[in-house]
Amino acid sequence: MSPWGCAWSPLRALIIKEFIQMRRDRMTFAMMIALPLMQLLLFGYAINTDPKALPTVIVAGDSGPVTRDLISALQTTGYFKITGMADGPAEADRMLTRGYVQFAITIPQDFERKYARGERPQILIEGDATDPSAISGAVSAANLAQNWLVDGATKGALAFAEGRPRGFEVVVHRRYNPENITQYNIVPGLIGVILSQTMMIITSIAVSRERERGTLEALLVMPLRPLEVMLGKIIPYILVGYVQVAIILVAARYVFQVPIQGSILLLSAMTIIFIAVNLAVGFLFSTRAKTQLQAVQMVFFFFLPSILLSGFMFPFRGMPQWAQWIGSALPLTHYLRIVRGIILKGSGIGDLYIHLLPMTGLLVVIVVGALLWYRRTLD
Amino acid sequence: MAVNDATLAIDVHGLTKRFGDKTVVKGIDLQVPKGIIFGFLGPNGSGKTTSIRMMCGLLTPDAGEGMVLGLNVLTQAPEIKRRIGYMTQRFSLYEDLSVAENLSFVARTYCMSDVGDRVARALAELGLAHRSTQLAGTLSGGWKQRLALAACMIHEPDLLMLDEPTAGVDPEARRAFWNEIHELAARGVTVLVTTHYMDEVERCHEIAYLSEGRIVARGTPKTVARTSGLKAVSIHGPDLMALAPRLRMLPGITSVAALGAELVVSSADADALTAAVASLEDGRYRMTEVDPTFEDVFVELTRRVGTGDKNHGEAAA
Ligand SMILES: Nc1ncnc2c1ncn2[C@@H]1O[C@H](COP(=O)(O)OP(=O)(O)OP(=O)(O)O)[C@@H](O)[C@H]1O
Ligand SMILES: [Mg+2]
Repeated sequence: MSPWGCAWSPLRALIIKEFIQMRRDRMTFAMMIALPLMQLLLFGYAINTDPKALPTVIVAGDSGPVTRDLISALQTTGYFKITGMADGPAEADRMLTRGYVQFAITIPQDFERKYARGERPQILIEGDATDPSAISGAVSAANLAQNWLVDGATKGALAFAEGRPRGFEVVVHRRYNPENITQYNIVPGLIGVILSQTMMIITSIAVSRERERGTLEALLVMPLRPLEVMLGKIIPYILVGYVQVAIILVAARYVFQVPIQGSILLLSAMTIIFIAVNLAVGFLFSTRAKTQLQAVQMVFFFFLPSILLSGFMFPFRGMPQWAQWIGSALPLTHYLRIVRGIILKGSGIGDLYIHLLPMTGLLVVIVVGALLWYRRTLD
Repeated sequence: MAVNDATLAIDVHGLTKRFGDKTVVKGIDLQVPKGIIFGFLGPNGSGKTTSIRMMCGLLTPDAGEGMVLGLNVLTQAPEIKRRIGYMTQRFSLYEDLSVAENLSFVARTYCMSDVGDRVARALAELGLAHRSTQLAGTLSGGWKQRLALAACMIHEPDLLMLDEPTAGVDPEARRAFWNEIHELAARGVTVLVTTHYMDEVERCHEIAYLSEGRIVARGTPKTVARTSGLKAVSIHGPDLMALAPRLRMLPGITSVAALGAELVVSSADADALTAAVASLEDGRYRMTEVDPTFEDVFVELTRRVGTGDKNHGEAAA
């Protein structure tokens, strides 16, 4: 029974035990696999769709053949479904605010004249960008609508503007969400969000479950070191984390056609740190939580800012300074930069270590914190 | 002071535990010589489990100190844990692990080198070999207790703390259990055991009786019974059920219990008992003096704490 002779025996015991329990608990195991898949499909498809026939109201300051043609050209793109004409900007604004329409398109008063002179009048497209994905397709379609105009019933106007390019400018106001998030940004980001959520919940439950079932008393009276207990709860689930990563990557590549530019090997190597951080956070919470429910609540307390302030939902640079500071203390923020860097930009280790360092730092801080907080007694 | 007395397996002083503003264990002193079976008794909520947890290093005492197996309770909990076996009152093995998996898990955490052999041996001794693959959660209550007992002994500890090991266990298995405990003690293992079964009290070498967080009596079972000063009279005769409430009304009577066709009246006050018996001298009743049962003794000890009369039991040590 020399301390070295059995250095690994307790940890091995804990890991074997955890795997057996995982295998027996089919429901939880299924959730660990099904949850990321479901989230990915829901998130991914909601973002990936290219919505068409969006309700649109027109504020027509002018009337005439070009205006009529413009309106029908917009309809022809398939993206806009003109649901009516507004009497003025105020009414259009109200309809937009209430969500009756996705777009309000304003055609200015002297549109016909300016167009005829080749002065490129502006038309204003105000879009409800609370759902940003709904907008991009429609906006580019509006630009393309010019082609229909030129080819269509504007031949009469041609005579007035020799040598000058005719057309109009599309001014877009993305209301309620001035930034635009692309779908590519989101699917890789989902790896981070899904891992973060499931990994934290798994470990936070793993210890508080022992407390709730009464097995903690037996566990605490065994000669186990806090580090062994912690590793015994973390190591088995790193594997689960990788299964999740694999599922998401395959889906990202083959279901959502996200091109993977960088090295999968590099991504896997860096992901282990992120998985470990989240498992450690869950363990940290579970050292304090009295019940599994409390543990899960604590996880959401951490998860919500992670989603909101990490750059997953909103662009990081667009956030106020204080929010950026909080964001920098969240592992997800740094992991998102890594995973987007590798998948979208093909970044290598040289570009990414500056994000890896703070994440590793957080891992150390959280592990130390969890070990300090871990109670060897039932007090 | 915690003097290291090598003949004592447990030697603690003034152990105190508070939960919130409630003091649950009020400065208990406990000395348990090595190699004996020590009964730790007391009514529900008297603080037995809490005291044991403090001695195992599972709860931090608010006051007090002491040694377990020559190791300091306050500073050497990890070393103590390695050398004791603690069977919890509530089943605390993994219900979703099989019998054999639970035992292997425990053996591995204690760094046993021959895990397979030990598990096989424990299963055989337990008579559980044919159920080794059954999930622990699906065992009957009594079998769970036996599994828990096997698990806490698998690393051959020097001191066993058993918190109600025989609760819910059938008489035959209880007998087997006590025989094994005596064998262990003969080999030098110290056993501290709690129980609510009065017949098990006599199988202990020494007992301590806890009431409301204080030890109110201690010694061999016989000394405790004797020093309680309790006297008992067994009454045979007609219509005992009508007699019982009348006797209970009399001053100084501890208990009146119906046992089959007899009524056992006990009291710590010999005069009160004589008076009670005298009131019945009408020839219809046959009376014999009997030894008070442990049940009576403990009811009396508990009653005294309730009435603030503490000058009896504590002197018995
Ligand atoms: N964690 C806790 N928090 C608050 N009170 C507690 C806690 N643990 C025990 N108690 C209280 O301490 C008292 C003693 O409890 P303990 O479990 O030690 O009694 P016991 O002698 O083992 O009783 P039993 O024979 O029913 O097992 C009880 O009143 C109980 O309610
Ligand atoms: Mg108890």
